[in-house]
Amino acid sequence: MTAAARATKATKAQKAESPWTQARRRFFAGRQGPWGLAILGFIFFLVIVGPVFAPYHVGEIPKPSEFVFLGRGPSAEHIFGETAQLQLDVFMLVVNGGRASLFIGFAAAVGSITIGTLVGIIAGYFGGRLDSFLMRVVDVFLAIPSLFVIIVGAKILSALGGTGLQTVIIVFIVFGWMGIARLVRGQVLALREMEFIEAARALGVRPIRIAIRHVLPNAIGPVVVSFPFAVGGAIIGEAFISYLGFGVSALTPTWGNMLSNAEDFLLQGNWWWLGFPGLFIIMTSLSVNMIGDALRESLEPEGRRS
Amino acid sequence: MSAAKKSPVSARVSTSSAPLLAVKDLAISFRTSRGILKVVDGVSFDLAAGECLAIVGESGSGKTVSAMAIISLLSRKQAIIEGSIKFKGRELVGLSEDELRPIRGGGIGVIFQEPLSALNPVTTIGEQIAEVIVAHRKLSWKEAHKLAIGYLEQVEISQPDQRAKQYPHQLSGGMRQRAMIAMALSGEPSMIIADEPTTALDVTIQAQVLDLLRRTTTERGAALLLITHDLGVVAETADRIAVMYAGQIVETGKAANVLREPASPYTRDLVTSIPSFAARGKKLNTITGMVPSPDAFPAGCRFAPRCRYAITACTTAVPPLEPLKDGRLVRCIRTKEVLDGTAAGKRTSPATKKGATR
Repeated sequence: MTAAARATKATKAQKAESPWTQARRRFFAGRQGPWGLAILGFIFFLVIVGPVFAPYHVGEIPKPSEFVFLGRGPSAEHIFGETAQLQLDVFMLVVNGGRASLFIGFAAAVGSITIGTLVGIIAGYFGGRLDSFLMRVVDVFLAIPSLFVIIVGAKILSALGGTGLQTVIIVFIVFGWMGIARLVRGQVLALREMEFIEAARALGVRPIRIAIRHVLPNAIGPVVVSFPFAVGGAIIGEAFISYLGFGVSALTPTWGNMLSNAEDFLLQGNWWWLGFPGLFIIMTSLSVNMIGDALRESLEPEGRRS
Repeated sequence: MSAAKKSPVSARVSTSSAPLLAVKDLAISFRTSRGILKVVDGVSFDLAAGECLAIVGESGSGKTVSAMAIISLLSRKQAIIEGSIKFKGRELVGLSEDELRPIRGGGIGVIFQEPLSALNPVTTIGEQIAEVIVAHRKLSWKEAHKLAIGYLEQVEISQPDQRAKQYPHQLSGGMRQRAMIAMALSGEPSMIIADEPTTALDVTIQAQVLDLLRRTTTERGAALLLITHDLGVVAETADRIAVMYAGQIVETGKAANVLREPASPYTRDLVTSIPSFAARGKKLNTITGMVPSPDAFPAGCRFAPRCRYAITACTTAVPPLEPLKDGRLVRCIRTKEVLDGTAAGKRTSPATKKGATR
């Protein structure tokens, strides 16, 4: 009885802890990961629930109590201050702009990582001519000066009637997948030689299933790690090209647009118009980078190997 | 342990007509930077249903390569396979990947040497077995998962339903190899290739796993092709044995005969180099030198440079496989002298130098 009881206990104790469970435990045991998540969660909360706190609804142009061409700094009524000219509430702009910026960030990251992962797996696993072809495509895309193409592409797409938001997302996806494709391909090439892949092949498992169930889960670590970095990159990228005036149309507030609009008034001491969206961009990219680093640390060590 | 089980099997073997697997004149070459190297040359063997054949040899003798060639697991870019491999009468050499897939796992199962690296670290044991089941039978995943637990039970893993949900790193070495055996069995193949199945295991577990492997294959009338360098494993398990040296079979026949009275000098050296209690205190026999690499196979008998019985004639032509009275085949021109002990001792000949120069 005791032996059987002990055996039950032993299996219970180590009951089916998947490598993913272990990674999650390590992620939450650290400091960076939870903090990064907390900051990002706070930003999400503000951006989504923020309008509830504001005394104005979206799109409403508040009637300022007093007209001041250069706007006014933070006050009890306008905690982030008012802009110059129209005297819009900066908090409202940050909150609404944040929705657009975060949407661009996540949509572009999901899109580029999905494409990159697929291309990487196909190139690495099936190899041969397909691999050479796909890698040449990657080389070509990397050789194109992306800033130039992003600007031209944005112009063309908006001329075709795309809204600024879609345009930016599409352009970021089209020029954002190559790094991931290379990364995944490298992983897959190493994995392809692993014995468990050969074992699955030796027992008649279909190549598609081997690619999905054996190669992908073992190659996914770096992909997961690169996701937050891609989000951060897209948000900063949006800010950058919107600042240059080629991004999302000036009518839709995004953090980048706000920077662009605020620039002219910065020298007049109008710091809050530029400062608050800038702070949110920095906080967002800081938090996603913290999450990314924490993911890397929790996915990489012995877990997958043991 | 297995003698009682083995004899009826061997009897069945001798009466059966068409072999399950017939390998004839198998030659395997690899394209390398140093040109095309022939690593396996003229290997022929048969395997009948329910029989266990052990291929024995040192590292580099070509035993694993020969076995992997049966189900075309060698890189198609690098390996050139010549000769004929017939499984259930069907030629396997030259089949495409798609044509081979049902045979892999469904006709011929494979067990690898190191279960930890042959199992996917991020997938549960049950899932990996179910996967093989689904690949070969028209079953839903749910049914396959249920069957997988049954296979874990067959390989004597306790609490199979719990174990099925676990990951390879949560099992002990012996259990992992049992799970690997369950995986190989789950396609219900009529033949299993086991490549050094016990090498990575603790000595205490080796016998258990070997016994299990032999029993589970015998129970379902499946054949077992055992690749090993361990003659102890052979003595325990195999009906027949094929000893390979430098890409060729040097002696093949009933395991008991070959091990009791080896006819080729190489087998003889191999058998006498096993430590045993009987020979305690005596100096252990060793074979001097190393297995030649494929780009430096000596002319004539490939073992001649290391052979204590070699004479000049040994270095001129490759000796053919000649049958002995008990049915075994031996590749040695001095078989007779070797067997009745009249062969001269270690000769001092230029052949040694010739073989050792490269």
